[in-house]
Amino acid sequence: MTAEVEETIKRIQSQKGVQGIIIVNAEGIPIKSTLDNSSTVQYAGNVHQLLMKARGMVRDIDPQNDLTFLRVRSKKNEIMIAPGKEMYAFLFRIQKPKQM
Amino acid sequence: MSVSHKVGTMKSKQAPNVNSHQKAAVAKGVKAIGKKKDEEEGLDTAEGEEWMQGKTLVKPPDQLDLTEAELNEEITRVLKASNPNAPQNVVRYSFKEGCYKPIVFVDQMAIHFELEGNLVHKESDEGRRLMAKQAEVDDGGGVERPDNVAIKAAKREQKLTNQFNFNERASQTLNNTPRDISCQTEPPPRANFSATANQWEIYDFYVEELQRREKSKEKHEGQFLNKEEDKSKKKMIQAETQNDDISQLAKVVKIIERMVNQNIFDDVAQDFMYFEDASDEFRGEKGTLLPLWTFQYDKAKSLSVTALCWNHKYNDLFAVGLGSHEFTQQGGGMLLFYTLKNPSYPEFIFNTASGVMCLDIHEHLSYLVAVGLYDGCVAVYNLKKKTDQPIYNSRASSGKHTSAVMQVKWQKDDLDSNHNFISVSADGRLVSWTLVKHELVFTEIIKLPVIDTIPDDLKDVIPTVGTSLDFHKQKDYSFLVGTEHGKIHKGSKYYSSKFLEKYDAHFMNVTRVKWNPFHPDVFISCGWDWMVKIWDQTMKSPVFTFELKTSVTDVAWAPYSSTVFAAVTTDGKVHVFDLNINKYEALCQQKVVSKKTKLFNIEFNPVHPIIIVGDDRGHVTSLKLSPNLRKKPKVESEVLNVHFQMSLHISLV
Repeated sequence: MTAEVEETIKRIQSQKGVQGIIIVNAEGIPIKSTLDNSSTVQYAGNVHQLLMKARGMVRDIDPQNDLTFLRVRSKKNEIMIAPGKEMYAFLFRIQKPKQM
Repeated sequence: MSVSHKVGTMKSKQAPNVNSHQKAAVAKGVKAIGKKKDEEEGLDTAEGEEWMQGKTLVKPPDQLDLTEAELNEEITRVLKASNPNAPQNVVRYSFKEGCYKPIVFVDQMAIHFELEGNLVHKESDEGRRLMAKQAEVDDGGGVERPDNVAIKAAKREQKLTNQFNFNERASQTLNNTPRDISCQTEPPPRANFSATANQWEIYDFYVEELQRREKSKEKHEGQFLNKEEDKSKKKMIQAETQNDDISQLAKVVKIIERMVNQNIFDDVAQDFMYFEDASDEFRGEKGTLLPLWTFQYDKAKSLSVTALCWNHKYNDLFAVGLGSHEFTQQGGGMLLFYTLKNPSYPEFIFNTASGVMCLDIHEHLSYLVAVGLYDGCVAVYNLKKKTDQPIYNSRASSGKHTSAVMQVKWQKDDLDSNHNFISVSADGRLVSWTLVKHELVFTEIIKLPVIDTIPDDLKDVIPTVGTSLDFHKQKDYSFLVGTEHGKIHKGSKYYSSKFLEKYDAHFMNVTRVKWNPFHPDVFISCGWDWMVKIWDQTMKSPVFTFELKTSVTDVAWAPYSSTVFAAVTTDGKVHVFDLNINKYEALCQQKVVSKKTKLFNIEFNPVHPIIIVGDDRGHVTSLKLSPNLRKKPKVESEVLNVHFQMSLHISLV
């Protein structure tokens, strides 16, 4: 991975509230993560399915469209998922999401 | 033969019946006289016999009563050899004559009784055969039955098949030992395949197919290339696929970063989009500036912002040039690009050898950036390329400026469609640079006139420092140059020997001169002598003059209104004026940075109602204009005209 990407990941990690960032390849296997192994695997598996479903939904409605970003907000934290063509990254924040 | 019909003569009639029958059986096809009546008689006679046995004469109730005379009447009965049952009217179709013709000769044989016998004539073929067999059996010997002997004794001439005379003979063939030969093939490799056929998968497949076809077309067309080139291309493709992974990752990670930033600066983003200061209604004419994001970069802390420029195509991207204004503190410089979407880190970073003094982004090709440096070099960067180096640099070329380049401006493409830009520098020259293939070609346009106070013999040595340059929006041959001595010269690209006009603008350095984007004759200038002046190019003295308590470092017109402009001063304040509303005072004078920070640059965003200001700490602050400051007049240039016609010349000295 290029240094630029590494640097960006570091920057993201250093932002306040970000708990971890996981990079997953197209098959759902995490290739890089800043969390511990067990939670990484757990997150990767679950998110992968959700992402496939979301993407399928978007493209089914309009095949020329594609999913750019998926955000899951829960009471305690927020998960942000950005899919690419072959791999995707997602971010796990533990900070309480701001009330809208 | 005629037989008399009498009741009594029964038996005698029977015999001739039998005889005639036999005769009929033998003689076939002989025309004989019918014996119908004979048969009838036969029946009658049978009945008569019964009567005879009963010995009583019983008349049947339905017997025909005949008189004596009728009884004695002789009836002639004729015997015929024809079959009474044979059909007499058989017709056959004759093809020769084309009609049905009756057949005259019909088979007259009637078979009364038939019995199959087992006697074979001994001289027939079959009889002879059997006799021969019989003889064989006699000669063969073997087990003989007593019947056989008896029969043999009785008939030697005729050998008959005897159902008791049979011979069983069995033989067994050798059975080959059974063998099993089987062969097993290797099972074909199996793989489980499952896929969903969604609409988008089908679409994707079609798109890929299309691309593949296009590629194969290109391959067909490009088959004339050398093999070496192909190889290098292959390597390229391989590298590209690897790069794709990484670049995808970069893209993905970038999105995440932006989203994180948006989360962090969520309130700011909301303000940027939606916040409208409601208190402006109560404030009368005045407006405020709402601070939004602050852009800073760690490595640029020691540098001050020297130039700002918005990108025309991507309205959230802007360029920051970092360097130093101080003559004594010269170090490296930087060119940074920030986007509003990511306030915490610049998008593009370029390091330059010396401080950046000015920059300009090409209007149409928004990836070309021209930069002027403190050491007199100009460079052109291409944002599309990933390299850190400029694509053009005037370092080594002759004709480069000998002193700091103060302003660069892109021009329209020349006749050969080469890009070109013009720079003004502290050595007093205006030079046009053209991007020809891989190098910069310079063309000197004009040299700034030396002021009168310098003695003649030093005129060649001490140049007039040009500090600012601006080209007219509509008539792009006409330009303005501001100098260090406070003069503004108006020139034209077509006249290279002298300037058209000279304005005594300020007492000190003119820091900025800018044409009004709407009105063709109006321009604004600002300088270190605390003044901001608005000029009409036809008049020698300014139309409006504003005094702002400290040296004014930059001024900019608003893109949405012809009467709004903003200025920044060294005390960290931003002044916003709207001539339409108030000709004498600023609508807003707000300090936007901390103490002792000087503001050096200001730029309006072409689309959004925000301004960015650069300070000497290397920070760029973005501010949102409150609604009062953003009032758009109905017809742009005419408003200004009206003001000019009605205004008095007010000058405060």
